[in-house]
Amino acid sequence: MHASPLVALVGNPNAGKSALFNALTGARQKVGNYPGVTVERHSGRLVLDDGRPVELIDLPGAYSLEPSSPDERVTRDVVTGASSLERLPDALVVVVDAANLDNHLRFTLQLIALGLPVVVALNMVDLAERDGLTLDAAVLERELGVPVIPTVAVRKRGLDALRAALGEAVGGGGRRTPDVSAGTQDDIVQLQRRARQIATAATVSETAGRRWAHMLDSVALHPVAGPVLLVAILFVMFQAVFTWAAVPADAIDAGFGWLQDAIKGALPDGFLRSLLTDGLIAGVGAVIVFLPQILILFLFILILESSGYMVRAAFLMDRLMATVGLSGRAFIPLLSSFACAVPGIMATRTIEDEKDRLTTILIAPLMTCSARWPVYTLIIGAMIPNTQIAPFVRLQGVVMFGLLVIGIAGAYVAALVLRRTVTKGASSGFMMEMPKYQVPRIGDVLIGLWQRAVIFLKRAGTIIAATTVVLWLLLSFPNPPEGSGISPVDYSIGGRIGHGIEYVVKPIGFNRDIALALLPAMAAREVAVSAIGTVYAIDDTDGSGTDRITDQIRGRWTLPTALAFLMWFVFAPQCISTIAVTRRETNGWKWPLFMVGYLFAAAYIMAGITYWLAVFAGL
Amino acid sequence: MDMSRTVVPAPQTALDLVSLPRRQPATVAGIDWARLAVPEARRLRELGFDEGVAVEVLHRASLGSGPIACRIGRMTVALRRAVAGAVHVAPAVAAE
Repeated sequence: MHASPLVALVGNPNAGKSALFNALTGARQKVGNYPGVTVERHSGRLVLDDGRPVELIDLPGAYSLEPSSPDERVTRDVVTGASSLERLPDALVVVVDAANLDNHLRFTLQLIALGLPVVVALNMVDLAERDGLTLDAAVLERELGVPVIPTVAVRKRGLDALRAALGEAVGGGGRRTPDVSAGTQDDIVQLQRRARQIATAATVSETAGRRWAHMLDSVALHPVAGPVLLVAILFVMFQAVFTWAAVPADAIDAGFGWLQDAIKGALPDGFLRSLLTDGLIAGVGAVIVFLPQILILFLFILILESSGYMVRAAFLMDRLMATVGLSGRAFIPLLSSFACAVPGIMATRTIEDEKDRLTTILIAPLMTCSARWPVYTLIIGAMIPNTQIAPFVRLQGVVMFGLLVIGIAGAYVAALVLRRTVTKGASSGFMMEMPKYQVPRIGDVLIGLWQRAVIFLKRAGTIIAATTVVLWLLLSFPNPPEGSGISPVDYSIGGRIGHGIEYVVKPIGFNRDIALALLPAMAAREVAVSAIGTVYAIDDTDGSGTDRITDQIRGRWTLPTALAFLMWFVFAPQCISTIAVTRRETNGWKWPLFMVGYLFAAAYIMAGITYWLAVFAGL
Repeated sequence: MDMSRTVVPAPQTALDLVSLPRRQPATVAGIDWARLAVPEARRLRELGFDEGVAVEVLHRASLGSGPIACRIGRMTVALRRAVAGAVHVAPAVAAE
């Protein structure tokens, strides 16, 4: 065997596993997916002191070897050697929170009983000491019978000792077979009692601590102050997305503009130049401009998650979610869906109840994901005046916020109806561990942001670039006869398809340009922006040479049409990735097809109502 | 049959996690497992709920209904009132 040894990080949720993983592997890690199960696979390389490379994987957090959700099942299957997706690890690093030994040692005992070489990382010892808890690692080592290394992942303390212990653990040779029955035979209550005995034995001294955490919680969980704080945080988050992103977005925009000009200067007018500038750069550039906004949104979500606040938010939201038959747990995937429904839908795997989970998946696409923002920003920027209507409040922002709220209201109504019809079932419970408050570590947040940026840019470089080029081809050929006066877009194949779609969407106020944009926007919503950009770049009949999409929209669209278009995008399930991830998560085509059907129906009806109300209101 | 069920010895004050005053230290006197669904009961055990463990109600979200946050051992756990009502508690004796 030449493959490097495989070591798995295992532990309870909130044990600081991911921080330890980041500290051990640094930037040398990759995020993938276990095929078919949509559980993210985090793997990285670690070099031992003697130069041997080790492959390290970070398994999803679990409470025991009896899985109650899909991600816990992956953990169980990998450590018991039952996984068809991962080889049996050569050793386990069991990560335990030093301040919560009572609970975390139970799972540790189960894992040790499996018989694989185990090293225990007694993590976050600094926080335990801050809480007035002093532990004796030697006692733990004696009681557990495996090496115990005190670590502080976020300060990189104890990593050398951990690496050395790992070197011993994987150097033992002779692959062992896990003894699954030994790991699962003991009654959970017995194990829990044994864990408490060991924890008590290892505790040198203990004083009451965590006063400051209680003080934070007495505000964050307060019946009145808590919800006010939550709304304030969400408001700041969405405000920041728009104000902070302006400067970098303008810089990216200018960069692509410069690139277009440079190509126009370097190449003669013709097929290649048009393909590069009107097709590829106009299309991909229109999307990449939104990278800053997306990263700012993910920055907030990562901070809320790693600080421990996210579960408090779930706690506050539980009562509201219960009114539609969901639990506070569903709030976390739904908030992530504001960045992108794909990780949002994947995050539903922590929801134990099947019906609950399905409902959350079905409504997740109604959260205003970042792919809609290019569309909203473009149309709002072009058609809505940015008048100041109160201090710090401008009309464009209000419309944006309104679209967000309509999405949430739509999701609320959808959940209410779904829970009484297709996903009917007993109301599920809400039981969640609330992690300690922690100052998020910049390095961990940056790694998370980097991973999101790579995923986004890959999308822009593949799906979005490809659909944009195909659209450009469809819109460019065939050329209208010389001097016929027909617009090149109308004469092209794409233009004719667009006219066909126009018959269907005309009743809700959509024009030819929108009809043309809808089809490629099935690949990803933001393609609508690049598609409209491409249409106007090719259809530059007035010879003004202006490539500014906003000016073109202002000249060609009416306000009712623009509003109907915005409403359409609140509901329409125009995202192949979301449909694909739903198929994977629900194991079949039934639910994704249902989702697409009900969302398109809602989009058509709501856009129609908006259009005709606006027309009658004389807008 | 109902007879087969282990009857929780009712503490003098029939307190549970719903009626326990906030910030009043207590211990778990018994858990009415029969009132809980199987996955609920298992998760409750996994979170460390067991007879004799120290427990304290920290917060109640919104007055009247909504979940309860309590400290169990060294952990903070959120649970709904329906489950909290199945956890019987006895106020801890003040002396350490």
